[in-house]
This record gives sequence, structure tokens and C-alpha cells, in this order.
Amino acid sequence: MNSNLFIVIAASAIFYGTPLFFAALGGVFTERSGVLNLGVEGMMLIGGVTAAWSSLHVGGSAWFTVLVALCVAMLAGSILASLHAFLCVTLKANQTVAGLSITIFAGAVGLSSYFANIWKVAEDPVTRQVRKLDVLGLADTPILGPLFFNHTILTYLSWAMCAVASWYLFRTKIGLQLRAVGESPQTADAMGINVVKYRYIHTMLGGALAGLGGAFYSLAIVPTWVDGMTKGAGWIAIALVIFGFWRPGLTLLGAYLFGALQSLGTVLKSRSFDIPGDVLDALPFVMTIVVLVLVSTRFAHKRIGAPAALGVPYEREER
Amino acid sequence: MKSPVRLERRLEQPRWLNWAIPVISLLGALVVGAVVLLATGKNPLDVYWRILDRGFLSQRAITGTLRTATPLAFTGMCAAAAFRLGVINIGGEGQLYVGAVGAALVGLWIGGSAPVGITIIVMVLAGMLFGAMYASIVGILRSQFNTNEIITSLMMNYIAGIILNYLIFNSRSYWRDPRSIGFPSGKPLEKRTHWPTYEIFGTSVSFGFLLAVAAAIVLWVIYKRSRLGFEIGIIADSPRAARYVGIRTKWTIVAVTAMSGALAGIGGASQVGDFAHYLDAKGLQLNNFGYTGIVVAALARLNPLGAIVVAVLLGGLTNAGYSLQGPDFPSGLVGTLQGLILFTAVAGEILTKYRLRSNRNTAKAVAA
Repeated sequence: MNSNLFIVIAASAIFYGTPLFFAALGGVFTERSGVLNLGVEGMMLIGGVTAAWSSLHVGGSAWFTVLVALCVAMLAGSILASLHAFLCVTLKANQTVAGLSITIFAGAVGLSSYFANIWKVAEDPVTRQVRKLDVLGLADTPILGPLFFNHTILTYLSWAMCAVASWYLFRTKIGLQLRAVGESPQTADAMGINVVKYRYIHTMLGGALAGLGGAFYSLAIVPTWVDGMTKGAGWIAIALVIFGFWRPGLTLLGAYLFGALQSLGTVLKSRSFDIPGDVLDALPFVMTIVVLVLVSTRFAHKRIGAPAALGVPYEREER
Repeated sequence: MKSPVRLERRLEQPRWLNWAIPVISLLGALVVGAVVLLATGKNPLDVYWRILDRGFLSQRAITGTLRTATPLAFTGMCAAAAFRLGVINIGGEGQLYVGAVGAALVGLWIGGSAPVGITIIVMVLAGMLFGAMYASIVGILRSQFNTNEIITSLMMNYIAGIILNYLIFNSRSYWRDPRSIGFPSGKPLEKRTHWPTYEIFGTSVSFGFLLAVAAAIVLWVIYKRSRLGFEIGIIADSPRAARYVGIRTKWTIVAVTAMSGALAGIGGASQVGDFAHYLDAKGLQLNNFGYTGIVVAALARLNPLGAIVVAVLLGGLTNAGYSLQGPDFPSGLVGTLQGLILFTAVAGEILTKYRLRSNRNTAKAVAA
């Protein structure tokens, strides 16, 4: 029953979708504050390499090491995000190019690869990993086991985060103020909301979540450091924010859809289906374009959910 | 607590900023890079000196630098051409691959029979055509459906990489050398199709580099003297105003994106004709020419002639990186420095809009 193809794909969709969701949820927070972050890929990679290093070098019990590694990854991601916020919020730079500069700086052939080289991270496999759990001993239950009771701690954390994020954005005063900053910073400023502070904090929160997503690659999916190991996941995450209409719940669904596409190659190959691997490899990228076109045509006029001030630096003097 | 400096809006942009900003940005990147190097236990002066030495200070270094600068000049102009219109085409990477596919196709096809001059010209045109068609997908989606071109062009980079892998490694395509079984590689082009090199002041300059210079001059004339250049300026400033005065914005977006892709396509063609002489699926993907092109465009402030100069600078950096690569000079360092240069170039643009003023003076003035 549990080796049913559909169940296997659904379970691995959740596994592969988890880092996408973390990065995309970070994007939701960042973009809700009106800052466009194209540096996600770089932040994920920096998170991945620092997590791999910590997992190899921090002593203590396996649980403790993994916890430290995840925290380090989040810290590294948020430091990088603070640079992005400095460019976009303080210097009011072009947010698109600023984000690109973060990704080129930290990305596959940049700082993440440099760190991996000087720390010699890639030489050893990461032994202290984020492993799948057997929750309540129910992992072998037919159908429900692989879907709900056999995931990593981070997947359960992501479900909790999805709920908390929805509540935070739509049910709390801070969430309301955050959305105000993203929709109309002038109004928010007039209400006495500190626009700069909101943008910095949520950009850094987004970076931390991107770093966590990157750590999932180096500690759970691969789990060894490989230069450029996220292979464009950061960019798919940016697209997911749009597919999810800037809402955590829909973003989670989108992440699992793309998780399924990413895992399809591995799953089908292991069952010796005769589909060219290159077609499967290209599928997530092609689908990103297709879905993006669908979303942009049907909803272009209504612009459901896109924060009105997204990508626009806020200048107090301008009225 | 008040910050010691504040930003004051500039009312006009002095001309000297055009060269001052890139220079300041470069220096800034070197300073920040030095901090990174120090923090990771390297001596920045030593690293910089070796980059300078291996990138620029010998005949051999300059030859290698111009070789690396050639694709960077094309991808830099590719990014700059689109950015000027406000279309963020970051697909130069993929458009370069596809251009190489087109040029290799023509080179393999007519290389043995057609006259040499015609073969080379058709290779260039094929690179342009393939790059332009690949990029125009992005342009059409943007202009017809308002689809975010940043993400689509980036996704198409990954797809182009997969196409390259398919053609050389995972199929028995026309491009693959049938004799290569264990290590699949591209079918070599006839020797007569190799693009010429010229000796200029003792340095060998590739045909591709001269093409890049010619393309930059053509672009500069287009921007300064042609109707298209004028319309590009208006659309970039205000798309709405452009529509009101009857400029066909949608058409211009597609045309400029295609032109931008054509430029990257020549870069790919030059990789085949000038250097590799076969479709080098692995080598093309190793160098990140497309992404570095974005750095070139930003530092050149979207000026095509500037892109040539910056491409030589960054080509020197990249070239030095190749020859220094080793335990002492880890890979990733060059990319890190390039990222920092883009970072400071973006930050440096603030100087076009604002000037820095000390808060202390004004405080005194108020007190007085």
C-alpha cells in the first residue's frame, strides 16, 4: 500500500517541498513589507554551507548539533538579508539589481563556494542530519503513515509556521501594520508605524527562513555540501510567492506541487519508468513559466494580493 | 541619536558622476573584499597583487584577459540593452548557450563546403538568430501577458543548460561526436571554420572581441541617434507617456529583448568559433558568463562602450582566477568579488540621486 506510486510521490512532494516552502514563506514576509528579495537563492546557499559546516564541526549530541546548525543557517541568511535591506531600505537602491547582487555575491560560484573551499566542507558527508521521524510509531500505517507521520522535524515545523504566519499576517495588529507598510508606506508612516523598522525586520526574517530552507538541502535532501546545490530552488520560491498570492496557505500548496515536480525524476527513475531524465529535470522550470503566465494573465488586472508598494523604495519627502 | 551624515537630493546630475561612480564602486568593492579576505585569514594585498599580475601585467595575461572579456562584453551588452528599457533580462546565460548551439549547427553543417568568410558570417548570424528567438519568448510573455520577465528569463537559463546536456551527453544528436563513447563531447568543427585572430601591438585579439567592439559602437549610435533609441528612453522613463504619444511599447519590448538575446547569442557563437571549436556543453556552463554580464552592465551604467571597458576589467579578474585557482586561491573567490562589485555598483547609484552631507555642519549652522 505504502509503495503505491501516488503515495510515494505525495510523500516526497512534501519532503522536497519543505525547503521551497520555507524560502517562499520568507518571501511572503519580505514582500508583504514592500521589499522585493531576489537574493533568496544566495541566502539559501549561504544557509546550506554554514549548516553543513556546523553539522561537521559543532560537538555535542546529534540533536544539539543539528539545532545549532539550523540556527547558524538562519543567522547567516538574515545577515545577508540585512545587507539587502541596507541597499533597498536605507540606500533606496534598485531592489531588483540589489537582490541579484546578493545572489551573485553569495551564490553557486560566490561566497558559498568560497566558504565550502576554505572550510573543506564538501570533503565529508554530513553525518548529523535532519532525519525522518517515526511519529507516534505510525510511520508504517497504510497511506496516512508516509503522508503525515514519517517526516523530518522541519516539515512539522513548517506546518506550524504556516498556521502561525497566517494568523500573524491576518489576525494580529502587527500583521495589519506590516501589510499597511507594504501597501502604502505613506499611510503607514502617517499612522506612526516605523516603515524602516518593519522592512528591515521582515527582510531579515525572510533571509532567516531562506537560510533554513538551504540548510534542509545540505542536512536532509543531499545531505552533503555540493556547490550550487539548490539548483534554482530560490528562484522557484520567488515564483511561489506570486502563485501563492502572498498567502502562507496557498504558498504551502504551491511548494508541494513543485516539490512533486522536483521529486518526480528521482521517484520515476527508481521505478525504471522510461522517461528521459532531462525532460523531468526541466519540468519544474517549464512549469514555473507556465503557471506564472497563467497567474499573470487571469489576475493581471485585479493583481490579487500583490502589495501595492512592492519594489518601491519609500522616501519620506515625496508626497 | 542622529546619524552623522544625511542624504540630500541632487537637483541635477553632474557629468563627472558617469565615471566617478564606477571608480568609487570598484574601490568600495575592493575594500569590502579585503574585509572578507582578512576575516577568512588571507592577506588582501597579496591576493589583489596576484590578480593584477595574472590578469593584466604580461602579454600572456592580457591575451587571456581579452579572451575572457569577449563573452563578458556580449553578455554585458545583452543585460544593458534590456535593462535600459526596464526589461530585466537576466537570461543572458541561457541565450549565450543557445547562440553557441546555433553557431555550432551552422559550422558543422556548411563548414566543410562553403567559403570561409561566408561560413563565419553565417555562424555569427545563426548565433544572433538563436539567441534572439530564445530571448523573444521572454519578451513576448512580458509584453502580451505582463509575465515577470526576471523569473521567466532565469528559468530559461536552467532549461538551456538542460538542452545543452541533452544534446551532448544524453542523446546522439547532430552536435555530438559519434566517436566519443566513454566521454561524450561535441563534434569538432573543420579547421577552416575557426575564426581568425589578429595581432595588435603584440597581443592576439580574437575576431569575437572586435565584433563586440563593433556591436558596442552600433548600439551607442542606436541609443544616441536613432528613433528606436529615443523611444527606448521614453518607455524606460514612463511607459504610460510612451503609450500616449503613440509608441508601440509592446513591439519595442519584444524587439529590444530579441536584440538583447542576439547580443548574448553572438557571445555564444564566439565561444564556438573563436575558442572551443565544438559545442562545449560543460565549458559553457562552467563560467557563469551570463550572470557576470549583469555585473558588467551595472558597473558600466548600461553604456555599451563602457561595457567593453568593464568587460576587460572583469575579464582580467576572471582570467586571473582561472590561472591562480588552487588551495591558496579557492574557487568562489572571483565570484564573491564580482558579487561585491555589483553590490557596490548598486549602492553607488545612490550618488546619482543624492549627495552626502555632514549633519554636524548643519547643526552648527542652526546653532549659529
